[in-house]
Amino acid sequence: MPITIRIPTYLASFAEGQNSLALEGSPTTVSEALKILWGLHPGLRDRIVDEQGAVRQHINIFIGEEAIRFADGLGTKVPADVEILIVPAVSGG
Amino acid sequence: MPKVKHVSAKNGDVIVLVGTMKGAFVLRSDKFRKKWDVGGPYSIGAPVYAMAFDQRQERHRLWWAQQSFQWGTVLCSSDDYGKTVTEPTTYSVKFPVESNLTLKNIWQITLGRADDPDTLYCGVEPAALFESHDAGKTWSPVEGLLNHPHRPKWVPGGGGMCLHTIVPDPADPKRMMIAISTAGAYRTDDGGATWQARNNGVRAEFLPDKHPEFGQCVHKVVQHGARPERLFLQNHWGLYRSDDAGNSWKDIANGVPSDFGFCMAAHPHDPDTVYIVPIESDQYRCTPEGKLRVYRTNNAGKSWEPLTRGLPQKNAMETVLRDALATDTCNPAGIYFGTRSGKVYGSSDNGNSWKVIMEGLPAVVCVKAARVGDDGTDSPRRRGGAEKKKNAKSRVVKSKPATIPKATKRKTAGRARAAR
Repeated sequence: MPITIRIPTYLASFAEGQNSLALEGSPTTVSEALKILWGLHPGLRDRIVDEQGAVRQHINIFIGEEAIRFADGLGTKVPADVEILIVPAVSGG
Repeated sequence: MPKVKHVSAKNGDVIVLVGTMKGAFVLRSDKFRKKWDVGGPYSIGAPVYAMAFDQRQERHRLWWAQQSFQWGTVLCSSDDYGKTVTEPTTYSVKFPVESNLTLKNIWQITLGRADDPDTLYCGVEPAALFESHDAGKTWSPVEGLLNHPHRPKWVPGGGGMCLHTIVPDPADPKRMMIAISTAGAYRTDDGGATWQARNNGVRAEFLPDKHPEFGQCVHKVVQHGARPERLFLQNHWGLYRSDDAGNSWKDIANGVPSDFGFCMAAHPHDPDTVYIVPIESDQYRCTPEGKLRVYRTNNAGKSWEPLTRGLPQKNAMETVLRDALATDTCNPAGIYFGTRSGKVYGSSDNGNSWKVIMEGLPAVVCVKAARVGDDGTDSPRRRGGAEKKKNAKSRVVKSKPATIPKATKRKTAGRARAAR
């Protein structure tokens, strides 16, 4: 079963209007999954990670219900049938 | 989401760009500047600290920096006053990986000289200067400043460690002044390869050594194109003039209620005339005595006069930030400023009288003004000057090319954006 990545509405305009993206291939980590995502939709990259490749401070990525921030970050393992959720943090002013 | 409106403009009209903490606005009026149409908001919900209007080579291109807590900062543009907005797919202003830096914000967008019409500059946080020589398609950092030996000792001011002021010299294409909070003023005379601190005479009240080589919290530097060797500087405590291109500075706080302030603007035609809005102190960053007063010197700082007609003179606890005061190029000149309380004031008579031209805005962080059809070739501010060197390279520095971004064009009207 492919890995699915869900992205917020704001980013859908950089992914041909899609909020849910099925990834081909067999990424084993979040980093590998995102690399596939950048290949499909390059406009997502700069909006999700910074120049150094780190996930932006106010973006959260979940594997199922687990925040990668509290796991192994971009090295967090990705099970085969999981959903990856990318959501903006509650921040602003 | 607010309904987005658009303006259109013809030659002779005046455009005022207003960047706020929750989006950008474009104001338009005719040459009389009595009635204003309002376009926007653009980049709804996003802080917009920097805007510019490029009219060189018959463009009518708006530039602005769209910051986001979530998605980072991206440089946007529009060739039709905001009706369609180009937001690059890949961010065009970003640090190289080897710098170990990440872009926090773009604080300034400055056009290159009129005779170098494809050159633009961006001042960013953390403090760095970016340049483009292809009309904004690709950008790269000026490495002489990026790798400056003083960088490890620069520290952020209250707004962050930002390069907020860029003053290309109109007479010498290899010379440029920039200002960083808190590092002070720096100048290059060799096209950006090297930069020297130019803070001699500028005090740093907050340091044990009040007159260090660098480390001053310079808030703004302005120049008049007709006298490029003369600069004016609003400091974090201190008001200064240099008559030698920044080699030395003398105190000109003669008759102002406070020499603390953020903003400063040069008159478009008179090199002796400069405008400021004094702030009481760094502890109480509001207009002194509850009076909103623009101060003007007509004699290069020998004396200053308060301009109050049309401005509130009681209970006005206002703050005008460093990039929120601007002049157009009309005669008489239009002067404009925006406040943190969301008001934009304008004067169409050199500052003699004022009126509110917009209110109820989010906090205003940036104001720019231009007369449509003025591409800078008639303006002493950017036309080059008599000492123009025919064979001099106009680029500030040789630098590594950035990736060419693919652009996403979007119709702004009715566009749905995630709430911020």
